[in-house]
Amino acid sequence: MTRFSNAFSPDRAALVCFITAGDGDTAANLDALVEGGADVIELGMPFTDPMADGPAIQKANLRSLGAGTKTADVLAHAKAFRERHPDIPLVLMGYANPMVRRGPEWFAEHIADAGVDGVICVDLAPEEDPDLGPALRAKGISPIRLATPTTDGERLPAVLDGSSGFLYYVSVAGITGKQQAAIDSIEDNVARIKRHTDLPVAVGFGVRTAAQAEAIAKVADGVVVGSALVELVGEYGAEAPAQLRDLTASLAEAVHNARK
Amino acid sequence: MTEQKPNSFRNQPDERGHFGQFGGRYVAETLMPLILDLEREYTAAKADPAFKAQFDDLLEHYVGRPSPLYYAERFTDALRENAPEGKGAQVWFKRDELNHTGAHKINNCIGQILLALRMGKTRIIAETGAGQHGVATATVCARFGLPCVVYMGKTDVERQAPNVFRMKLLGAEVVPVTSGAATLKDAMNEALRDWVANVHDTFYIIGTAAGPHPYPELVRDFQSVIGIEAREQMMKRTGRLPDLLVAAIGGGSNAIGLFHPFLDDPDVNMLGVEAAGHGLDKQHAASLAGGFPGILHGNKTYLLQDEDGQIAEAHSISAGLDYPGIGPEHAWLKETGRVEYTSIMDGEALDAFQFLCRTEGIIPALEPSHALAAIMKRAPEMDRDQVILANLCGRGDKDIFTVAEALGVEM
Repeated sequence: MTRFSNAFSPDRAALVCFITAGDGDTAANLDALVEGGADVIELGMPFTDPMADGPAIQKANLRSLGAGTKTADVLAHAKAFRERHPDIPLVLMGYANPMVRRGPEWFAEHIADAGVDGVICVDLAPEEDPDLGPALRAKGISPIRLATPTTDGERLPAVLDGSSGFLYYVSVAGITGKQQAAIDSIEDNVARIKRHTDLPVAVGFGVRTAAQAEAIAKVADGVVVGSALVELVGEYGAEAPAQLRDLTASLAEAVHNARK
Repeated sequence: MTEQKPNSFRNQPDERGHFGQFGGRYVAETLMPLILDLEREYTAAKADPAFKAQFDDLLEHYVGRPSPLYYAERFTDALRENAPEGKGAQVWFKRDELNHTGAHKINNCIGQILLALRMGKTRIIAETGAGQHGVATATVCARFGLPCVVYMGKTDVERQAPNVFRMKLLGAEVVPVTSGAATLKDAMNEALRDWVANVHDTFYIIGTAAGPHPYPELVRDFQSVIGIEAREQMMKRTGRLPDLLVAAIGGGSNAIGLFHPFLDDPDVNMLGVEAAGHGLDKQHAASLAGGFPGILHGNKTYLLQDEDGQIAEAHSISAGLDYPGIGPEHAWLKETGRVEYTSIMDGEALDAFQFLCRTEGIIPALEPSHALAAIMKRAPEMDRDQVILANLCGRGDKDIFTVAEALGVEM
């Protein structure tokens, strides 16, 4: 059993929580997410040009880089997290350039050593998989791909090929943190994707409240929350952990009990 | 990797959109289906005589092509004054600054808006640095009655006020972008964010030969009218090909447009000129000279970046060259050695700007002023019977305020 298969159990949906590494007290923030009940952690690698992100995560990237965060710091945060939380799946999420800068093998080796389970590379289309995918798979790390409302049935097999861990369904065509899709459309698309794969399907983009999370948890294997958490880090700084714990707890309760 | 020379330098990219190791399609999944759609549509358009006929007709009657090929006699003579005996190549200009809207940018915009119309898109977005591409995009949108949103870094909005007003007169909405250094790179991020949220009805007219495949290829093809015309004109006027082509490079669309039709002429040398800003050891925009291969804005190419892959801020006195990347085909042409690349500092470009004003009665844009400065160094080393052909890719009306400020003149 991998950490992913433990986190995505058949009888309840999983809560996937995102924050940006190096933004605020990362260790305390991550611990708060776990205490609140997060099942999977996505740790954002900051990048100067986060072109798929909305204002909340853009600002988090700039705060982190402004505080001097380096790739080495991101790896150290991941490694320390793995030591404190041996069982929670940890995913690095970010953009291709910082991941491949020292070569894909260097990256795969160092994140494997840090105990990372999966990687979401936002701007690495499946067509460019050779830049990173083979190195990740060689180290047993899951390349986690994104499917979107524009990913049709003809294209889905290409998106799924070589991916593992889970599939991240981006419920709106747009950037992070903006509007939310109608639940009917999410249900239809998740069902459509599940005809092509046995991987768990986690749904994100625009999920902010327990009510939204609960509705998605009824029709998907996981719910991803990012911008709403990142905004708390931006607003509360050093006081963010308590806020993150409370929001995560309310989201986790909604997600975990949605199908009861 | 083999070091084998390719049989032709003109058959890139491959079917996956790669120029050697460069290029490609590094975009968010939301955009991928659209990018594949665009590729299919462009392939169909290339094979459609009606598309080419409409493109050619608009270039002739709306843009004013062919642009003249001009022998810059006084510029040549002035450089010969300080050249060694028997030295001082002839300098010729391809006058793309005489195009409608004042630069080469319109060639590409005509081609892309025809593609947008073919695809049934009803809304146009663009990024702009100096504002030339924004003006050209706003122009074709007005011509075809499509709404137009132009993203422009706030810094550029301030230093290119005349072009901002032009875009507004043409009916475009200009959105100032405040993230990052608020220049071209940040405008491109914001345009990509708009596009990803509006893929169903929106066409993104990218202004340079960069971005995800097929943009570098199609922008190059639309801009190749420059080199195709220049080759014919030069043969007709002089009965020979030029010895050296020179063009300025930000993203590199005017340079690739001039170079590409000559790439398989082995006796034609080529020089691409990047912006060295305050100097290569300080802030600059010369990604080939001072960068490393990486991934940004949909393609793999040379980028100004740090050891962690964070993108550096570029600097050039020319807003049109102020970008930390370069089109992927130039990255490939550098690695194959087919094209030579050099760089020119702000001050050298300013001197060349003034030199051309006084010797030829032509006020060039600051972008081609970089190419002129490189010629001022190179021509005196070449024989008198040799021919340099440079692309005068834009006129300088938009830059007079920047130049005045740099020269300490109050207007």
